[in-house]
Amino acid sequence: MLYIKCPHCGWRSQNEFSYGGDASVIRPELNKKVSDQDWDNFVYNRKSLRGKHWELWQHLSGCRQWIKVERDTATHEIFNTLKANEDIS
Amino acid sequence: MEKYSIFNLVKKAFSNHQNWDLAWKDPTPKKEYDVVIIGGGGHGLATAYYLAKEHNITNVAIIEKGWIGGGNVGRNTTIIRSNYMYDENALFSEFGMNLWRKMSQDLNYNVMFSPRGIINLAHSDAQMNVYARRGNSMRLNGIDAELLNREQVREIIPMADFSENVRFPIFGGLMQPSAGTARHDAVAWGYARQADSMGVDIIQNCEVTGFDVSGGKIKGVRTSRGDIKVKKIGLCVAGSTNILAEKLNMTVPIETHLLQACVSEPVKPVLDRVVTFGAGHFYISQSDKGEMVMGGDLDGYNSYAQRGNLPTLQHVLTEGIAMMPFLSKLKMLRTWGGIMDMSMDGSPIIDKTHIEGLYLNCGWCYGGFKATPASGWTFAHTIAQDRVHELNAGYSLNRFNSGQLLDEKGLGTKTWIS
Repeated sequence: MLYIKCPHCGWRSQNEFSYGGDASVIRPELNKKVSDQDWDNFVYNRKSLRGKHWELWQHLSGCRQWIKVERDTATHEIFNTLKANEDIS
Repeated sequence: MEKYSIFNLVKKAFSNHQNWDLAWKDPTPKKEYDVVIIGGGGHGLATAYYLAKEHNITNVAIIEKGWIGGGNVGRNTTIIRSNYMYDENALFSEFGMNLWRKMSQDLNYNVMFSPRGIINLAHSDAQMNVYARRGNSMRLNGIDAELLNREQVREIIPMADFSENVRFPIFGGLMQPSAGTARHDAVAWGYARQADSMGVDIIQNCEVTGFDVSGGKIKGVRTSRGDIKVKKIGLCVAGSTNILAEKLNMTVPIETHLLQACVSEPVKPVLDRVVTFGAGHFYISQSDKGEMVMGGDLDGYNSYAQRGNLPTLQHVLTEGIAMMPFLSKLKMLRTWGGIMDMSMDGSPIIDKTHIEGLYLNCGWCYGGFKATPASGWTFAHTIAQDRVHELNAGYSLNRFNSGQLLDEKGLGTKTWIS
């Protein structure tokens, strides 16, 4: 069982959260010209790192806020969590 | 290579079966090969076999980081089917079905192919309509499909929950009678033995550490057991595609996820079909040893751990018990996990790449085992002829760029939603 520290609610079990994918993916800016490659990278292409991985989770059965979680994809260890509007350092 | 037969079995019995030849050798890597296949799983072994058999290319090495058959070909739930709606998937899978039917004879290895049929249960009128449509599409492509009503399903699997006040009543189901199961390890070993006998070097415990690419061409591969010069490389490492793609400075439309499966204690024969739950994601069959073999959803987050977490297992088995209540009486024998190449439209990729001499076979999601022979056959063709076969033309890498997605399940790019 993953045990995730929600920055708003504290320690909660994995069952309360739903996954939102790679948090380092950034949507191309609106109203600017976007190349096919940039759009592909945003929609489809993923690094899917082995090791430390920043990802989005939503505290669905709790405060319903989106959060960022730094987790190891090989060991499932969680190192850090941030609010959605906080930058990954 | 000595033939496996009843006569040889009797003959070897006189020496207590102590002097059988090794099924495959343990060679040291040569300095140069025509083709190197990276990944000694089912698909890699099948690719090497068909390169030798169909294209007479035998100066081939398979490089495997662990041991052959230790990845997903040894971790799946052994289901073989071609019940797809889209032409590309249906024709590819049905081509594979034909290879499955003659595989034991072809490989001189009993893969225990058991065409026992698969039933996808429906739990609403709307789902019956969807299944009717899929069944019709299958029949148009020459694949057997039968739409069953509630009573017909009850006759075949009376142990399912047909009581009145259940949350997901069984309305009927779609059956592909020719689908089935096979002994997954035997598939890997059968392909390995035949490939080895035709001159393919199977090199285990050999990790790929890098690639030599110059002028847009593949020149060689660097491994933990030395550098190898090579003209063509087939990348066949579903579950680790992202890791090797990074070494090639490529990004791929794939996320690596974790999928669990489990078996119960062995019981007497009770279930002679493969059955899937239609109101969630759960599938079950009974092995020849009597274990109930079960699986379902992904764990739902990026992972390279070949082991799972209990919440998903509990969720999956809850679905199982909703479908077949007797399962609650069984003890769990084993659970395990494997890592899946989840492609962004749920369909695989078998294609050339922008690097000359580099070929990609990946993105099998959780449907790789049944595709083993067809994947090996088409990938061998793609490598040998340097062009895709019409069977794998739909599995192109650039379909994500061109918009010609093969989104059979209609899930979009959120691969963890299963």
